[in-house]
Amino acid sequence: MDVIVCVKQVPETAEAELKIDASGKKIEKTGLVFDINEWDDYALEEAVRIKEKFGGTVTAITVGPEDSDSTLRKCLARGADKAIRLTDPKFEGSDAFATAKILHSVIKTMHFDLILTGAQAGDDGSAVVGPVLAELLGVPHAAMVKKIELGEGKAVVNRELEGGLEERLEVKLPALFAVQTGINEPRYVSIMGIRKAMQKEIKVMRLSDTGLNESEVGESGSWLKIEKLYVPPVEKQAEFLQGSPDEIATKIVEILKSRGLI
Amino acid sequence: MKFELTEEQIGIKNAVKEFCDKEFKTEIALELDKKEEFPMELYKKAAKLGFTSMFFPHEYGGQGYGLLETCLVIEELCRADSSLGVAVSSGNFGSELILVHGNKEQKEKYLPPICRGDFISAAAFTEPNVSGSDITRMETTATKYGNEWWINGTKTFITNATIADFMVVLTQTDTKIRPTYRGETLFVVDKGTHGLETTKLHNKMGIRCSVTGEVRFDNVKVTDWNIVGELNRGFYYSMEFFDKTRVGVAAQAVGMAQGAWEIAFKYSKQREAFGQPIIQHEAIGCMLSELATKIEAARLLTYKAAWLIDAGKMDPMATAMAKQYASRVAMETTDFAIQTLGGYGYLGEYRVERYHRDAKITEIYEGTSEIQKLTVLKYLLRKF
Repeated sequence: MDVIVCVKQVPETAEAELKIDASGKKIEKTGLVFDINEWDDYALEEAVRIKEKFGGTVTAITVGPEDSDSTLRKCLARGADKAIRLTDPKFEGSDAFATAKILHSVIKTMHFDLILTGAQAGDDGSAVVGPVLAELLGVPHAAMVKKIELGEGKAVVNRELEGGLEERLEVKLPALFAVQTGINEPRYVSIMGIRKAMQKEIKVMRLSDTGLNESEVGESGSWLKIEKLYVPPVEKQAEFLQGSPDEIATKIVEILKSRGLI
Repeated sequence: MKFELTEEQIGIKNAVKEFCDKEFKTEIALELDKKEEFPMELYKKAAKLGFTSMFFPHEYGGQGYGLLETCLVIEELCRADSSLGVAVSSGNFGSELILVHGNKEQKEKYLPPICRGDFISAAAFTEPNVSGSDITRMETTATKYGNEWWINGTKTFITNATIADFMVVLTQTDTKIRPTYRGETLFVVDKGTHGLETTKLHNKMGIRCSVTGEVRFDNVKVTDWNIVGELNRGFYYSMEFFDKTRVGVAAQAVGMAQGAWEIAFKYSKQREAFGQPIIQHEAIGCMLSELATKIEAARLLTYKAAWLIDAGKMDPMATAMAKQYASRVAMETTDFAIQTLGGYGYLGEYRVERYHRDAKITEIYEGTSEIQKLTVLKYLLRKF
């Protein structure tokens, strides 16, 4: 079972003070701490578990700058066999569609039974690279995957739906699954893993290695353009209800009803 | 000159950090600190990931790295939690003596289980009447009767005393020789050997997750097999041992200082007084900036001392400077962290008071700060 995992290095933004840069379209990246996208972390773990159970290989692949190596090394330390980094100044500004095209250009030349991606990235949250990549490759896909059971030439997966529902699908392989967090518990990086990872090669590929031309990648190859990135203004619309608890409860019910919420 | 960690070393730091972020829970630390118990489960988990066997060679199941990488691990463990960090990183204390001076059989017996985390070790130097600062004469003796050595005496302040599976003990084997330190020998003694008795010491100020105890040897019988290295070379081995482990103590201090500083820094950005976050009040902000500078200086001294040892250029002055300075910075930083948090800092659950209590030991064990200063002076007098 050969599994390809698409990963992305993203800034940790939970506690950082984010600033928007002079262009007004990006955040200031200096001083931020970067790590593997949380969803991809689960995808990688799932891939390694599949390899441990069924044999085969795990290849981690990313489109990103040179410092994405630390994310790829982490994948190698956790059990990936190979890593590919797609780096070119021309790739900058790629939207999800252009990113999927770049990944597709390389993955279409490789053998795979399964492609795993995170359901979304913690930075742009677009959640479409996986599905677009699957379409480009002409393979089926399922997103928000919470469980994968592999069989002969097919897989049964559970998808998380809104409202606490789950859907169970049978999917023909090869396929692409965009996994949800919580599908497994990612292992810790061990020192033995780090040592092994340092001995594995990270293959670097540029635009010229992809067979794509300039107009297909970066901003020119994207369908979406960022107009503006901003912090939404804080709106103050709190209404304080007065009266006895019974009166307040009645008012709350009225308000909720008037908005069609109950 | 290169001031950067390698990609591999950064990977090591991050691996430990991620492990600790999830596993070193404050509730566990608070409970074990109260109960004075060793975090055995965490020690075993850390061992499985290779964190406790950094400098042991591959052939014994270790990771084959140097002292610098070892220090990076210790620093991260103690940054995440001063009490759990010290305990986990000291579980193998003393086994380096077996690694460096032990024979093949001793290494094969003791090192693989140490690397796996199945064994805990201890090393016994200090005695009730013999200060740890001056180990030139031991009251604990080993006397030869036929094929046996009979060990008698008492050791105290011994890390891991009651939980160690084996212990390396410094004894006086030649009581007539002068100077006396030429008659000291190291023995390795297994847990459960007849006549070996350990008692836990209670109510320590800090590092209460690390077990400390007294060890009594009452006609403990061992053979030549148990001698570590050569007869009557124990003093020299011990001094050399501390020149290395001391850097690890400096790394503990750097980690504790960093951890407490981070808690204080974060708090000072959130806590408001007089209409602004207290970090904007210069008494707090400037002090935190100054302490960050001192921590970085201590870190560089520590890394340099470790790097010198790894490069085969051990410099006891560098080691002494690192330990003395880092432990002082740890005391200053943890103290100011409490001050920054004010009343909250004085409460256990906000962690910094524990960091402060834990930091104090770094000025005491494996050579007090006073002894470190004397060492620095000794080498300065040779140079200038």
